[in-house]
Amino acid sequence: MKNAVGRDIPDYLLVNGKEVYQGKNYMDGKYIQKASPRTRRYEKPQESKIVATIADALRQCGCKDGCTFSFHHHLRNGDYVANMVVKAAVEELGVKDITVAATSLGSAHDVIADYIEQGIVVGVQTSGIRGRIGDVVSAGKLKTPAIIRSHGGRPRAIEAGEVHIDIAVVAAPTSDCMGNCRGIGGKHNCGSLGYAMTDAKYADHVIVVTDDLVDFPNYPASVEAIDVDAVVVVDCIGDPKKIASAAARISQNPRDLMMAENVAKVIAATPYFKEGFSFQTGVGGPSLAANLFLEKYMDERGIKMGWAIGGICGPMVELLKKGKVGKVIDVQDFDLESVNSINQTPNHFEMSASQYANPANKGAFVNKLDFVVLAALEIDTGFNVNVLTGSDGILRGAPGGHPDTAAGSKCCIIVTPLTRGRMATVCEHVVTVTTPGDCVDVLVTDYGVAVNPLRPDLIECLDKAGIPHVTIEELKEKAYSLVGRPDDLEWEDKVVAVLEARDGTILDVVRKIKPYTVDQE
Amino acid sequence: MEICKPAVAGTLESSDLMVTVEPGTAGIELSLTSSVMNQYGRQIKKTVLETLDRLEVKDAKVTVVDKGALDCTIKARVECAVLRSCDKSDKNIDWGGVIR
Repeated sequence: MKNAVGRDIPDYLLVNGKEVYQGKNYMDGKYIQKASPRTRRYEKPQESKIVATIADALRQCGCKDGCTFSFHHHLRNGDYVANMVVKAAVEELGVKDITVAATSLGSAHDVIADYIEQGIVVGVQTSGIRGRIGDVVSAGKLKTPAIIRSHGGRPRAIEAGEVHIDIAVVAAPTSDCMGNCRGIGGKHNCGSLGYAMTDAKYADHVIVVTDDLVDFPNYPASVEAIDVDAVVVVDCIGDPKKIASAAARISQNPRDLMMAENVAKVIAATPYFKEGFSFQTGVGGPSLAANLFLEKYMDERGIKMGWAIGGICGPMVELLKKGKVGKVIDVQDFDLESVNSINQTPNHFEMSASQYANPANKGAFVNKLDFVVLAALEIDTGFNVNVLTGSDGILRGAPGGHPDTAAGSKCCIIVTPLTRGRMATVCEHVVTVTTPGDCVDVLVTDYGVAVNPLRPDLIECLDKAGIPHVTIEELKEKAYSLVGRPDDLEWEDKVVAVLEARDGTILDVVRKIKPYTVDQE
Repeated sequence: MEICKPAVAGTLESSDLMVTVEPGTAGIELSLTSSVMNQYGRQIKKTVLETLDRLEVKDAKVTVVDKGALDCTIKARVECAVLRSCDKSDKNIDWGGVIR
C-alpha cells in the first residue's frame, strides 16, 4: 500500500493496527493506553545493590531467551557497555534470540554485528545504524527487519508498549551503590543521560553499569535508584576520546561558512526571528557555523534567543554563558564543553528523550520550536529527506531527532552541499524517506536556496528580504549536470529495515540491495 | 595505442580514481570497483571503455578503483595511464586530437 510520501509498504507489515504514513499530525488528539512495566519489589531494606559481575546482574534480572535489552548512546562511539552486556548474556548465560533496542548503534558495536551473523541477536530497534551492524542488517542477516525510529518515536513506542524492555542498561559515568546515576562527576563523563530516562521508567528491570562509584546519594540523579535493580562496577565504561570530542570546532571551510551565512539570513528574514525565539541546530559543519552568523543578526536587532534544545555542543554553551540565550535544554552532549556545562552553568538543564521529541506526550519541546537547522544525506524534489541510507542503499545513518524537530518546528531549514563527491545530494527520489517533505520548509545549498511551495509565507519573507531563491527542481538539475544522472538502485524483495514515522505509522522500508557488478551485462 | 608495459595513473583520494593498465591479449579485460558502484557503475564502465576505444587500445588488462570521480577525471586518468604505458606521456601529446 502506498503511503503519503509515495512509498510502497508491503501489506504483511500492516498488521496489529499498523498503518502507513498519512501525513503530519495524523494521530493528533487520539488516545493511547500507556504500557506499564512489571517490576520487582525491594521492600526489605538493603545496604547496597552492587553485584559482582554483569552476568550476576543479568541472572538477578531474569535474563532469558527472547529477552529485549535497551541501551542508550550517550557514550557514542566510545561505548563499551552494550557490548559487555550482550557478550555476558550470550557467552556466560547462553541466552539466545536477543533483541537489542538501543537509542543508537554504531561502530562501537561490532560485537553485536557478530551475534547478528550468528543468529543470536534476532531483533534490532534503533535510531542510528552504522558501522558493521548497518552492513550485516543491509545484507539481510538479521532474522527480523530492523525497526528504525526517531528519538521521539522511540519513547512513544516504549510508552505505547510496542517495545517492551525486559532489561534496560544504563551506562553511567557515576552511580551510587543504590543506582542513582549522573552523566557527570566521574572518570568518563557524557553529560546528559536524557535517552536513558524513559527506558529506565518503562523497563521491567534496570541494570546500572558504572566505572565510578560515588557516595550515596548521587544527586540530582538522571536515572533514579527507585527504578534500578542492580549496580555493577566495571573498570571502564568507554573510550573517553570517542565519547566527547575536545571541542566541536566551527568549520573554516568557506563553502560551509557561505551556506551557514545564508541559513542565518533566511532565519533573520522570517517573522519568528524575534526576542525570545527558540532554536536547535545539528553539529555538522554548516549547521554548527550557523550559530556564529545568527549571533551577528541577534546583536544587530538587539534580540536574544529564549531557549535552545537538542544535542548540545560548545558554541551553544558559549552563547548561554554570554547571556545571549535564556535556557539550554539538553538531551545529549557532543563535546567536553557541553559535558562540563550541563547542570553546572546556570540555565543549562537536562531533559528526557520524551520531553525532547515524543509526539504522543502532552508537550514535547520540539513542538514549541521556532527554527531547526539540519543536515541531509539526500533531499528530493518533494523535499523528502534521507539521513538513514547511503546512496548505495546501505544503512549507515540515523534519523535521530531530525523528523521530530522538522515536524515540530515552525521553520525547518536543511543545509547541505549540492553534491558530495559524485553523489547528488539534491535528487529526484531519496533512497529512503526519513523526514517527510511536508515537514521541511527551506533548503540551503552552495548553489542556491529553495523554499517548499507548501510555504508561500516563507517565499514572501525571502522575497521581501531580497534573498534570491530557485526551485528545488533547478537545484536537482544543476546537481545532475555536475555529476551525471545516477542509475536507479536495484532491490530484492526482502525488507531488511522498517522505518517508522515518529507517530508510529510506516514511512518507508529498506530492502536488500542488489549490488551492481561490472560483469553483469 | 598498444599497451607495452604496466602503467598507473591517479590516486585513491576521494573524488579521484586509480587506473592501472597492463598488456593483454584477449581484448579489454576490465576490473572495476567504485564507492558509487550501484548508482554510477554502468556510467563509469561506459566512460572507461569509450576512452580506451578513442585511444584505439584493443588489448589490455584494465583495473579501475574509483572513489567517486567525475567523468572528466575518469577520462583524464585513463588517457594518462595509457600514454604512460607506451612512454608517450612526456612530450608531443595529441591535445585536442585523440586526447580530449
